[in-house]
Amino acid sequence: MDIVFQFGPVFKRMDLIIDGVTMTIQVALLSTFLGFLIGIICARIRIEGSKKAKFVVACYVEFIRNTPFLVQLFMFAFGLPQFVALLGFNIRPSPYYLAIIALSINLGAYSTEIIRAGLEAIPKSQIEAAQGLALTPFQIFSRISLPPAIAKVYPALSSQFILHMLGTSVISTISVQELTLSAGRIQSETFRAFESYFIVTAIYFALAIAFRIIFKLAARFALPWLHKTTNRS
Amino acid sequence: MSIIKINNLSKSFGNLEVLYNISFELEAGESLVLLGRSGSGKSTLLRCLNGLERVNTGDITVAGHKMDYESSKLRLLRNDVGIVFQQYNLFPHLTVAANIALAPRLVRKVSKSDALTLAKEVLGQVGLLEKIDAYPSQLSGGQQQRVAIARSLAMKPKVMLFDEVTSALDPELTGEVLDVMEKLAKSGMAMVVVTHEMAFAKKVSDRVIFLHNGRITETGNPDEIFSSPKTPEFKTFLGAVG
Repeated sequence: MDIVFQFGPVFKRMDLIIDGVTMTIQVALLSTFLGFLIGIICARIRIEGSKKAKFVVACYVEFIRNTPFLVQLFMFAFGLPQFVALLGFNIRPSPYYLAIIALSINLGAYSTEIIRAGLEAIPKSQIEAAQGLALTPFQIFSRISLPPAIAKVYPALSSQFILHMLGTSVISTISVQELTLSAGRIQSETFRAFESYFIVTAIYFALAIAFRIIFKLAARFALPWLHKTTNRS
Repeated sequence: MSIIKINNLSKSFGNLEVLYNISFELEAGESLVLLGRSGSGKSTLLRCLNGLERVNTGDITVAGHKMDYESSKLRLLRNDVGIVFQQYNLFPHLTVAANIALAPRLVRKVSKSDALTLAKEVLGQVGLLEKIDAYPSQLSGGQQQRVAIARSLAMKPKVMLFDEVTSALDPELTGEVLDVMEKLAKSGMAMVVVTHEMAFAKKVSDRVIFLHNGRITETGNPDEIFSSPKTPEFKTFLGAVG
């Protein structure tokens, strides 16, 4: 039997692929932004919060990091609507929003740990200098501690974000129309399983590389002091 | 009018008593040098003056503010009290201009253009105007320390505290920092200086306090205290530092 690849039928459904890519990028960016924000807030609590708040954040981080994302996703997708109904609200959040919530909460836990490591590496003397200048605790955190902390863990953080973008493929299981689900639909229409998934794999690969380049370029603008060559005179 | 007034200050870390029954006053425009070997409590005493260390007992009044560890009152005091550290502690992610403008902008709510003018003014005072756009990593230790002094000056402090500001510098770089401090003292800035630079203490200070084991062991104006030390501890100390 001859093995023949036929990409033609798959390319005919380019519309599905484009929709899928758009959705994947959209979900990835939105949940990365929210997850990063959660990470910053929780990392600050872990460093300088009250004992109770530290404990709550520690529980959240450990719970998320020690359970499968798929199960977390199902919990939000099937559990949250039930919970909302139980509280007497008549809303049914769409899978899209449920997926974004689950993804952000998941990434939030991982970024909390990464950002915390960065914050712990800030010398105490930097904070004392800022206190000596009469800055408020929030100003010290946002202006003095956070930027160099993010810079220190930037490689780890951007890797995590790329991993997270690839991980969005899991939300196809709750029928969010993203790239992986597009591949599934195309292969069930065309019976060209290998070709469908091959193309989608190539697109994920290209996306990951593109994200990596974007993060590198972003660092040049957002973290300019790292790119100044030392030039003492 | 005294700008610093300390009465019966005591401080311990756990069971370890580091400062015991310290009292002194400093007049506006005076500069005071704190001497003592490492572990004598001089840096701790300095840090008590702007609330970076909390005392166990005693009254502290600096620049008209009575020491109160409630955070907003502490900030009011720090508004008027500048501090410069051994390790410069410039913010590595900000340019020289931004390092200097940060506190005036955030704390004093000075406009962006006024803050820049201010930055240029204080950089001129320390002779580093041409480094205004550099990052700290592009400066030598001596230059970083002068920027740190400029950063404090931009807050228009009434008192300046210097915590061993030349101890991390190569000998050939200490001179440029000491010159800036000397000019500052001559301009009438009240300052408290923890240092090992005897020449600076002799030449610039109005008063010297020698601490030994957390106690004021000897105090006086530099002319008499250096020429005729009274206590054996101070004699030994002077012998050791030359």
